[in-house]
Amino acid sequence: MSMDWLSFARGPALKVAIGVFFVGVVWRILGFALLRIRREHSRPRSGLLRYVSIGLFATATRSWPHPQFVKRTGAGEALGYSYHMGLFAVILLFGPHVAFLCGLLGIHPWPVLPSSVITGIAVVTATLFAGVLYRRLTSRVMRLLSNFDDYFTWFITMLVMCTGLATSAHLGARYETLLAIHILSVDALLIWFPFGKLMHAFYIMPSRALNGAILARKGAPT
Amino acid sequence: MNSRATVGEMLRQHGVSRRGFVKFCTATVTAMALPPWLGAAMAEQLSKGPRPSVIYLSFQECTGCFESFMRSFSPTIEHLIFDVISLDYDDTLMAASGDASESAMATAMKDNFGNYILIVDGSIPTGASGACCTAGGRSAEATLREAAKGARVILAVGTCSAFGGIPFANPNPTHAWPVSGIVGDKPIVNVSGCPPIPEVITGTLLQFVTTGQIPDLDEYRRPKAFFGNSIHDRCYRRPFFDAGQFAKTFDDEGARNGWCLYELGCKGPTTYNACATLKWNGGTSFPIESGHGCLGCSEPNFWDKGSFYEAQSTAMWGREGESQRKPLAEFAGAAIAAGAVLGVASAGAGRLRQHEREKK
Repeated sequence: MSMDWLSFARGPALKVAIGVFFVGVVWRILGFALLRIRREHSRPRSGLLRYVSIGLFATATRSWPHPQFVKRTGAGEALGYSYHMGLFAVILLFGPHVAFLCGLLGIHPWPVLPSSVITGIAVVTATLFAGVLYRRLTSRVMRLLSNFDDYFTWFITMLVMCTGLATSAHLGARYETLLAIHILSVDALLIWFPFGKLMHAFYIMPSRALNGAILARKGAPT
Repeated sequence: MNSRATVGEMLRQHGVSRRGFVKFCTATVTAMALPPWLGAAMAEQLSKGPRPSVIYLSFQECTGCFESFMRSFSPTIEHLIFDVISLDYDDTLMAASGDASESAMATAMKDNFGNYILIVDGSIPTGASGACCTAGGRSAEATLREAAKGARVILAVGTCSAFGGIPFANPNPTHAWPVSGIVGDKPIVNVSGCPPIPEVITGTLLQFVTTGQIPDLDEYRRPKAFFGNSIHDRCYRRPFFDAGQFAKTFDDEGARNGWCLYELGCKGPTTYNACATLKWNGGTSFPIESGHGCLGCSEPNFWDKGSFYEAQSTAMWGREGESQRKPLAEFAGAAIAAGAVLGVASAGAGRLRQHEREKK
């Protein structure tokens, strides 16, 4: 008996993708976390509690542009926040996605938004995401800083959004074909996740906290 | 009954007026979504020609397809077999048995060689040298191969004959095959469904009888007139899908309000059939209207496509009908352990590098 593409995407391909995701994420997190931190020879400026709390505070303050740079970076940050919120809304408030998550995790489903609203959010999110690429390509500094990881991560995330939109709108092919392509693109994203900049989902807050704590430790006590 | 008489002669013998006959043809054309002018052409063609010989073979099946066939409202089975076709062999319906029935099939095949319509119902088991399904001392495979030689067209009625159906499902203990897996040199029209809608069977048959042509088929050789749209696209519950209103259980408020059954495993979005338009029992209802999701029975391998009660966007993981949480947790646990080993090894290698750098 031959397996159709949808069954392949929902079954073996998803299993491999989730396996690679977990292996990769734990591998990379432990690979960093267990490295020896360079020994500080100076006396800490303050007690442990203070620089841990400053570290936590830094995760909040560094999640927002510094007043001095609002004009320069505000638009970019707003763009980033907007498409992230759009992505979370589409992932967490669309009926078929909720069915997927609840089926996998064995939890009770929560209320969802109408498909038309989700489609609207997805279109806006995809447009903002295209804007992110435009910004990267038109800024000379950003272009010089960008590498394969940046572009491929953008491509694979956009691919998931576009295939999802096509599936919900039944555009271009049969639903099962579109759904299979969409799930396969999600599988590809999960496989790429630990090895690219998508890992920022796990690193971004700890790295901000760590930077804040290290800086709080340095210097002379006042 | 004289099977060589034309349909027009037969109808006149039965007192059917030409006007009544044209009305019947128009209704049939409408049901098949064919152009209106074809109604008159169909009446003309039918009244002139002799009733075509039809041989109906039942193999590895449950007789559900034939039961469905017998319950066609338009055209009715009695009208079809008395006035339109000459059903020369059908082991379920015919009064004859044993040698008499087998010789009836042999005679029909000989007299109408190259012109008869072969209807096949059920899959064809090839395991155990075909011993899983025999009739008249011959295996289903041998009977099909012989009958197919002189057939003008083969109608594979039901998902078992069209795609293998339940016998073909994993682990396929009888090594069953669909008709297309046995016969490769004849035109085959698949009329899938478990069972197919009665009017879809008779409509497809009638279209071939009247036009003499195979209807437009989809990629699975099914008539587009009946299998061109997904059930989801024609479902009266579609607005609830679009509004994000889903029944979560079969007895919750959403189910009582008639909301979409997608999250209860309805296969409407990936199932192509006329259930939502022609419906069943003379247009009375169809499964979704009765509160149960579509099982996707007219699609290939429908039995092996995961649980009937889980949404199609869910993962196919673990055993059917059981929570995916435990198998996922076990799998994720193993993956995390593997990742941890790799992570510790990587960190160890990193520490060695750090140490060597510091020594320099």
